[in-house]
Amino acid sequence: MKFTSLLTSAAMALGLATTAMAEDKTKVGFVYVGPVGDGGWTYEHNKGRLAVEEEFGDKVETVFVESVPEGPDAERVMTQMALEGADLIFTTSFGYMDPTINVAKKFPNVKFEHATGYKTADNVSVYSARFYEGRAVQGHIAGKMTKSNTIGYIGSYPIPEVIRGINSAYVHAKKVNPDVEFKIIWAYTWFDPAKEADAASVLIEQGADVILQHTDSTAPQAAAQEAGNVITFGQASDMSEYAPFPRVSSIIDDWAPYYIARTQAVMDGTWESANTWDGIREGMVAIGEISDAVPADVKEEALALKAAMAAGEYHPFTGPLKKQDGSDWLGEGETADDGTLAGMNFYVEGLEGEIPQ
Amino acid sequence: MIVLEKRPQPSKAWSYATPLVAVLATMVCGGILFTLLGKNPIEAIGTIFWEPLFGEFAFYYRPQLLVKGAPLVLIAIGLSLGFKAGIWNIGAEGQYIMGAIFGAGAGLAFYPLDAWYVFPIMVIAGAFGGWLWASIPAFLKVRFGTNEILVSLMLVYVAEQMLASVSLGLLKNPEGFGFPGSRNLQAYDSAHNAELIAGSGMHWGVVTALIAVIFSYILLNRHMLGFHIRLTGEAPRAAKFAGVNPARLILFCLGLSGALAGLAGMFEVSGPSGVVSIDFNVGYGFTAIIVAFLGRLHPVGILLAGGLMALTYIGGEIAQSQLGLPAAAIQVFQGMLLFFLLAFDLLTNYRIRAARSEVA
Repeated sequence: MKFTSLLTSAAMALGLATTAMAEDKTKVGFVYVGPVGDGGWTYEHNKGRLAVEEEFGDKVETVFVESVPEGPDAERVMTQMALEGADLIFTTSFGYMDPTINVAKKFPNVKFEHATGYKTADNVSVYSARFYEGRAVQGHIAGKMTKSNTIGYIGSYPIPEVIRGINSAYVHAKKVNPDVEFKIIWAYTWFDPAKEADAASVLIEQGADVILQHTDSTAPQAAAQEAGNVITFGQASDMSEYAPFPRVSSIIDDWAPYYIARTQAVMDGTWESANTWDGIREGMVAIGEISDAVPADVKEEALALKAAMAAGEYHPFTGPLKKQDGSDWLGEGETADDGTLAGMNFYVEGLEGEIPQ
Repeated sequence: MIVLEKRPQPSKAWSYATPLVAVLATMVCGGILFTLLGKNPIEAIGTIFWEPLFGEFAFYYRPQLLVKGAPLVLIAIGLSLGFKAGIWNIGAEGQYIMGAIFGAGAGLAFYPLDAWYVFPIMVIAGAFGGWLWASIPAFLKVRFGTNEILVSLMLVYVAEQMLASVSLGLLKNPEGFGFPGSRNLQAYDSAHNAELIAGSGMHWGVVTALIAVIFSYILLNRHMLGFHIRLTGEAPRAAKFAGVNPARLILFCLGLSGALAGLAGMFEVSGPSGVVSIDFNVGYGFTAIIVAFLGRLHPVGILLAGGLMALTYIGGEIAQSQLGLPAAAIQVFQGMLLFFLLAFDLLTNYRIRAARSEVA
């Protein structure tokens, strides 16, 4: 009996606490697909959350749930956050798309922000970063630095976002090294250190001396370090613990400015459903420090490429470009439109293998 | 010195008491873990076990317990029959996936036809998919004497590859802008496994799970086949004399557990989940093994164990968002439950006794 009454009072205290807080604070929820300690994708989103806390201090309360499977579990976690008084909920994985829309329907007064999806509603925004701009810089460095002319690429899922990255990296590697070849392994996971390490080892055995990854853990970095003569790039996060070698640079997702701006908009009552796709220019995509393992001239070229994209002078997909089957895609000087990029489901000419169907 | 002494007869009292003792031990050790993490242990455990049932938002969580628990119970019931007879189907996760693929595939083949018979056909297809997948290890065991543990487990990974393949190809939503994943069955009325009463969480999968509990109870206690299953597990030699046909028993137990896992997958994909996607499976097939043992392989026990497991999932998420407990701590907490269960299980067959020192 005593135990139960203890439980009751604890539960009541909790209930009171949540309602009290809901009144004066803006409550922001985050749903994560991986653990906050993944060192990559989720780690960066969590950094964005911490930035929101730092920016607004007492005026904001943030909550998060990590390692949430994509599906009914995600729907329940979002509902739970909304019930507990969240004003704004960021759902940070592609697979949360339908659950986000479902929950948003039930809570018209709660604002939702879904990362990397394409379904919007009056209270659902979508946002994503132009990672492929970072891939261009990566491809350039990779093409210059490979000695075996074989670049390994660990894909997560064959979705447009990942295919875009492969194409962008390949186009820019090929530009500086016509003999370059890409070997692609699909891991079918966003975060699985064991699988990612296996994929990296297989690629290294096949002669790759550069490993690019579109998965979130640092396992491929560790595999490259063990191999000794393989370079890598940090993915989603700086992964600077592997710098200066094997990690020679990185693509960093910086969500903090966006999260702060959207939280501010909710506080001000100016939040509106939007479709945001920002890149290097807006600061949502950053290039991590290029280490000394990269020759000075290559580093300079890479930084110039980055500067050109930041200034809006250069688009990574500028014609002439052909599709893998040899058909024309972009004419001389033509740049890809966002619609095609958003649904990209083809390789550019020169890439080998097929996109899994 | 303390020694373990084998009991002449397994203790009936302990076999009932171990699940409760295991839950209590989990609470105590979990509490210590949460304290070390700097949280108030009573508040944390209270949140996990109390909040979903009687908290402020219990009206939402209670139905969710059914949604989360139903697939666990349905799969575990099937597994328990085999486990009782010493037939180890470890690959329910794969059968669950195949049930979802077959079920959703059958439904999508009719899209956008609006007819009453679409859903029943999906149910049959889902059960067939799971049965088919479980029949592979069953057939190989009967015909070639292969180990069903290994074959059924390995087939999980094959099923996962098939799932990725159909999400990207055969069942991909033609209006999905090239993204993987099927059409959402929730938006296709004839195929939607909707809640029978809105907001109750009660969908056909929950109903089927309850029916499975009842039938399994009758089968085990009132039916010759159930007697054979128990006999084979408890006294294989006696079973032989009683005329049990081991091949038929293997085909039946694996096939039925596969069919039930397939049904669970089908109800999930057509209801709470809605889409066939690469990440559709979240481990129900493996968690169900824990549920089956936590429930002492007894139908009613499994029902309770499924509910308890669902409670720790849902309560665990609440504890994460309200108290900032890390997900890993919740997983450790769930792991402790099985660990303690297995540990205390020892007391069913053994008793602890202080050994007398003997003169050499």
